[in-house]
Amino acid sequence: MRVVLAEDLHLLREGLVLLLRSHGFEVVAAVESGPDLLAALVRERPDVAVVDVRLPPTFTDEGLQAALAARRQVSGLPVLVLSQHVEQLYARELLADGTGGVGYLLKDRVFNADQFVDAIRRVAAGGTAMDPEVIAKILASNSRNEPVARLTPREREVLELMAEGRSNAAIGQRLFLSESAVGKHTANIFAKLDLAPSDDDNRRVLAVLAYLNGR
Amino acid sequence: MRHIRVFGHGLALFGLVLLQIPLMLVALVGVLLSFTLGLVFLFPASIRLIRRTTALDRRLVHRWTGVQIAEPYRPAPLPPVPQSDGWYRDGRTLYRKPTIPAFNARLNWLIRDPATWRELVWVLVDPWTRAVLAAGPTFLVGYGLYLAATGTLWGLALPVVAVLAAPWALKIYAYYALGMLGPTATTQLAGQVRHLNQVRVETVDAQAAELRRIERDLHDGAQARMVAVGMTIGAAEQLIQTDPEAARALLAKAREASVTALAELRRLVRGIHPPVLAERGLGDAIRALALDSPLKVDVSVDLKERPESPVESAVYFTVSELLANASRYASRVGVDISRRGRALRVTVTDDGPGGAEPVPGGGLAGIERRLAAFDGVLALSSPPGGPTVATLEVPLALPQPTCGEVETPPLGWRGLVMAFCWSLCWIPLFPQGIVAGIMLITGTRNHSWFLATYMPTALQWPTVAAMITLGAAMLGGGVVLSAAAGKERPLSW
Repeated sequence: MRVVLAEDLHLLREGLVLLLRSHGFEVVAAVESGPDLLAALVRERPDVAVVDVRLPPTFTDEGLQAALAARRQVSGLPVLVLSQHVEQLYARELLADGTGGVGYLLKDRVFNADQFVDAIRRVAAGGTAMDPEVIAKILASNSRNEPVARLTPREREVLELMAEGRSNAAIGQRLFLSESAVGKHTANIFAKLDLAPSDDDNRRVLAVLAYLNGR
Repeated sequence: MRHIRVFGHGLALFGLVLLQIPLMLVALVGVLLSFTLGLVFLFPASIRLIRRTTALDRRLVHRWTGVQIAEPYRPAPLPPVPQSDGWYRDGRTLYRKPTIPAFNARLNWLIRDPATWRELVWVLVDPWTRAVLAAGPTFLVGYGLYLAATGTLWGLALPVVAVLAAPWALKIYAYYALGMLGPTATTQLAGQVRHLNQVRVETVDAQAAELRRIERDLHDGAQARMVAVGMTIGAAEQLIQTDPEAARALLAKAREASVTALAELRRLVRGIHPPVLAERGLGDAIRALALDSPLKVDVSVDLKERPESPVESAVYFTVSELLANASRYASRVGVDISRRGRALRVTVTDDGPGGAEPVPGGGLAGIERRLAAFDGVLALSSPPGGPTVATLEVPLALPQPTCGEVETPPLGWRGLVMAFCWSLCWIPLFPQGIVAGIMLITGTRNHSWFLATYMPTALQWPTVAAMITLGAAMLGGGVVLSAAAGKERPLSW
């Protein structure tokens, strides 16, 4: 799988290259600034891009802007954005076009290589990978939202994992439930939130996130 | 209706004179006795009496004309502090008790303050001015009706003139009071210096406390955790040959500790300067804040330039605090960020039940201190039943507006009228009005350039009256226009 990597800190960039290579990814470009990133994304058309939000030259949100610009040029280009902090605002901007293939994780998640690589694969396949902290924030700001408040604790757990972008099988593994039990919970959640059920995992996740963000 | 109220206010102000004259006489006698007979202990009491009456005048003028008059006094002296031996030093004398040094300090304070003497002049002059400007229109109405009743029909014109002139007369009186009772430029500057000094001290204190808090948080939190991480990794290194399983467990623990340390650092950074503020500026930072809030928050931002980073940060934390407060009572909040001239203005409106009161020393107090460093102010309006509106404004926070948003030109027709009024008002007022009147009374033959003396006898006095009115109106116009111009262009330094 071909990856473009953007990270300005040398040590972290080398570490990420090492990690990705050891998991069988091919790093076709490892850049360190916003303009370089946009050029590399449009030129290489990678299977997935791993991008730090804050990049030179302005050290603001160069990486995010370059990723969004590249997705406007190359529709559906899978992008996984890494940051030292997560904001609902940025998550919304990434999800805004509704096509999926986006991820937004705290940099700390790199520590757990298996989960990190799993997230990259999910994004490359057109799914989503939202950081648990983003989901927690989204749910907290929905705390006065009547339908969300009606969910049972178990349904809430399932909703959280689903919003992170996990499939029914992965959710079942996490919560020690059978896949059919998870399916029952998701059906309940969809009924309570008044959403149209869908069998496709990715479309389902996007619908949930759109609902939660749609306040 | 408005005109009738103005008559009422004028008469009430005049009626107050009847109460003030006895008080004034008592106070004046006190001042005179303290200087001629050396009864100095009467002086502070007399001045206090005068200050009470002028305080009432200020309040009434503000309530009835809207002209706000600030207190012009210098700050009162602090109570005397005993020396290490328990005695109180005053100059070269030592006292056992603080009474006399405190009295001396007060006396000095009163005598040195120019406001004391300006108010003495005020109580001497004010009854006469007030009789003319505040009660004058009512007298004029009475006189006109009297004239009409005794057969002079043009006397009916006087009440009409009085009704038209009454609001102006009261306004002119208010500005006259502002000149006499308000702070002079020097006292204003002294007050500003004092205020800035206090703000500086508070800002430095707050900053030092903030740094201490950050240091403590780092020391007890992330720093300690990193030490633990290092030690755990060291231990794992030792074990890696002999017991790989245990080493692996230790490494997992080290990783967890580093994640916690990072979370702590993230929380700390958010409290110092939120990353989204650095990355996106005030508008998006407030939007991010709105998204994280459980409330329904509508944010509207009309801002092209970014204010200075410290201002952004202070405003951000203010809005954050206001949203946190609102989340306790309200469900919907509107945040509006805009510019007014060079000032940055933010209003936060919620649909709560209202009746909110800022608690001294509460969250808002710290926010106000933070804003005060930039001369920013926070105003809270929360009538019972809502809505609660908090408005914060930071002057000169933004660069000069670019073309397209031009400020009102400093001079225009108003400037010309102002200059005309100021420079020529004396001509109708003195030579053509008062002097001509005196000449009519004394019956001088010399006409010179006094218009009234050339008039037929029936029109001589009306001409004098018209001239005086014209002069007074020009003077009043000049005063009002200058005041308005001063309000539009705040002092900049």
